[in-house]
Amino acid sequence: MKLLLQNAHIEGIRFYDAYRKNGGYQSVEKAFKMSTDAIVEEVKKSGLRGRGGAGFPTGMKWSFLAKPEGVPRHLVCNADESEPGTFKDRYLMEFLPHLLIEGLIVSSYALGSNATYIYIRGEYAWITDILEHAIAEAKQNGWLGKNILGSGFDCEIYVHRGAGAYICGEETALIESLEGKRGNPRLKPPFPAIQGVWMRPTVVNNVETLAAIVPIINMGGEEYAKIGVGRSTGTKLLSVCGNVNKPGVYEIDMTISVEEFIYSDKYCGGIPNGKRLKACIPGGSSVPIVPANLLFKTAKGETRMMNYESLSDGGFATGTMMGSGGFIVLDEDQCVVRHTMTLARFYNHESCGQCSPCREGTGWMYKILKNIENGQGKLSDIDLLWDIQRRIEGNTICPLGDAAAWPVAAAIRHFRDEFEWHVLNPEESQRRNYGIAHYADPLPMVGVV
Amino acid sequence: MSEVQNFKVTIDNITVEVAPGTTILNAARAIGGEVAPPAMCYYSKLKDSGGKCRTCLVEVSKGSEKDPRPMPKLVASCRTTVMDGMEVKNITSEKVLDARKGIVEMLLINHPLDCPVCDQAGECDLQNLSYEHGSEKTRYEFKRRTFEKEDIGPYIQLHMTRCIMCFRCVYTADQLTDKREHGILERGDHAQISTLLGKSLDHDFIGNVIDVCPVGALTDKTFRFKNRVWFAKPVDAHRDCPTCKGKVRLWMRGEEVFRVTARKDQWGEVEDFICNDCRFHKKETKDWVIEGPSVVDRRSVIAQGHYQGKVGMVKEQPRLIDQVIGKAPKLLMDIHSISDVNRPDVDLSQIEGPAHSDDFEHNK
Repeated sequence: MKLLLQNAHIEGIRFYDAYRKNGGYQSVEKAFKMSTDAIVEEVKKSGLRGRGGAGFPTGMKWSFLAKPEGVPRHLVCNADESEPGTFKDRYLMEFLPHLLIEGLIVSSYALGSNATYIYIRGEYAWITDILEHAIAEAKQNGWLGKNILGSGFDCEIYVHRGAGAYICGEETALIESLEGKRGNPRLKPPFPAIQGVWMRPTVVNNVETLAAIVPIINMGGEEYAKIGVGRSTGTKLLSVCGNVNKPGVYEIDMTISVEEFIYSDKYCGGIPNGKRLKACIPGGSSVPIVPANLLFKTAKGETRMMNYESLSDGGFATGTMMGSGGFIVLDEDQCVVRHTMTLARFYNHESCGQCSPCREGTGWMYKILKNIENGQGKLSDIDLLWDIQRRIEGNTICPLGDAAAWPVAAAIRHFRDEFEWHVLNPEESQRRNYGIAHYADPLPMVGVV
Repeated sequence: MSEVQNFKVTIDNITVEVAPGTTILNAARAIGGEVAPPAMCYYSKLKDSGGKCRTCLVEVSKGSEKDPRPMPKLVASCRTTVMDGMEVKNITSEKVLDARKGIVEMLLINHPLDCPVCDQAGECDLQNLSYEHGSEKTRYEFKRRTFEKEDIGPYIQLHMTRCIMCFRCVYTADQLTDKREHGILERGDHAQISTLLGKSLDHDFIGNVIDVCPVGALTDKTFRFKNRVWFAKPVDAHRDCPTCKGKVRLWMRGEEVFRVTARKDQWGEVEDFICNDCRFHKKETKDWVIEGPSVVDRRSVIAQGHYQGKVGMVKEQPRLIDQVIGKAPKLLMDIHSISDVNRPDVDLSQIEGPAHSDDFEHNK
């Protein structure tokens, strides 16, 4: 089922005329007849969960927004999509910019934000132009500016380009960066809903979350909640990359199984070259990696479905997380050690340097993994890695520390034998990873289906 | 206005009443002794400081009277305010001690450990912290990151290699000066404190960044390599200063004033900031009115001189093991017993004039 990408194939949908002709901006017309509380109520009823990674209920987040008299409130759209493996927001903004603008207008009205910001990552330079063009078009046609649709509500949307830092996707760091400061996360509390941008109450939402407001208003919260299973309502965009036949952005309604998602022709279309599946990271680089045997069946033996609850079934010991929807598939030729090292390098590079466990620990983990990967590791290094990640996780200001620790923890938890093989067979592991010779995998493929 | 109801908090099974809005760290400091978590970045005199070093993490085993759920993660006690009926575990929690040990190890992996040539040695917060919570060996086997030494002004030298990124000096410089001149470049483990394009820090009170620095990253150029702090005798003194209160601590050897610092309280925090004139220019005894020997915390290395009885050294607090259920914290390594130089049977106050290493020789 498609709600967001329904019209993505229509030619010229990027521009206002085609978008409007295909039912665009109807939700704004509908929403401006409703009271602001009624919109928040609809969103609550829809059960929409934040699509940025944490999966916090959006309606609840909105209702936490403080509303002191005489203080402006702000809505900030988090378009700083920097998680390796995640590119769903890029697709949405590139092809359906007006959907985001529409969602932003409705949400701004519901939250009372007269100045709304889109914080977009610096690398998406061309999308900034697309969005600015779309905003100009919307303004020309009276959907933005002063007194929208005669409702007396003023709204302006500003696009703010970041300078390319992963940490600025964390909401308080994003706020700091938006204020023009160094993008260091703030300590919580106070939460942004009380003191956010310029110490004013602020809501920070992901692009996909805000776009999903449009179908929620159009079809009503209760109807929207019927799509999906349990607390995973609505549709979710997944960006698939790695060893699959058809990588790309897919919209699913969270009722299909993981196996179907990977192997059906409607979605990823299976693994190329007849290779076997080794592991998968279902929610962007920071969520734990799962081996194939735990990917299709949970530890309890149930079929694992593509939704928040099922993917996190079994906790981090046997499960993973939905995360931001960056679906990375690894086939049997991929080296988990090398893969983990790449991620550790990323988190080391992107750590803001504010709090000590993350600043020092990420670099340490990267150096150890590099040693193991280069054939200079020791068996004790694996235990040391485990110890470092354990001491980073949960002890940092923001979730970047956790995000750096989880992939390492999961890789060791599920693929410890591969780490040991790397340490014990340094030359062979080098040959394998640098493609000098193809070796049949020397390990018993426990995780491979 | 109605009377403000004080909050009752229990830290390591000791209950204390504090005003609402107090942080856990300050509540623990009100109890005092070992219950107070160590703080490397928090500084009560600096607005917004704290929360960064993560050494003050504590476990909240009961959120409040109304909401008794424990907090899921360890929290930074310096920035978490107390709630009524909150129960906090500091040294009674295995989890906290383990996390702290990890953090000390991480703080030390890029630290050069050049204490033998560092001017801060003896009064270094990181040194004290690692004696108390660290392990004897590091598991880090890689090259440590290093930086060039940098002169930021005529009196201050920045040795970034030793820095633990507590941001205290940044807040000090920010809150003292009108223009922001001092900040952080880069990010992650290559982040560095610096001034704008190597400009020097220039303000009447800028010398205080030396005092707030918990390690030897910012040092007094008029004192560098002049003396070890434990050979100097700290003396409280004052003078009529037109810019500051003029209440300082002199570090003397015989008649000679080696350096001037602000007075620090038992938590290692400056009581009153002093001006550059007092700190860097008044280095003669005749400039000062001596009040008497300073009160030094026994736990610090400087206190090894055995001034007991004669001067106001802080009496050692009775240990809390009796009151604390659970594991006793690791004892502070007794510097007196392990050092060859600082022999416990040598009483510094008995020695005529400045102490010399000959006075500590074994076979004297």
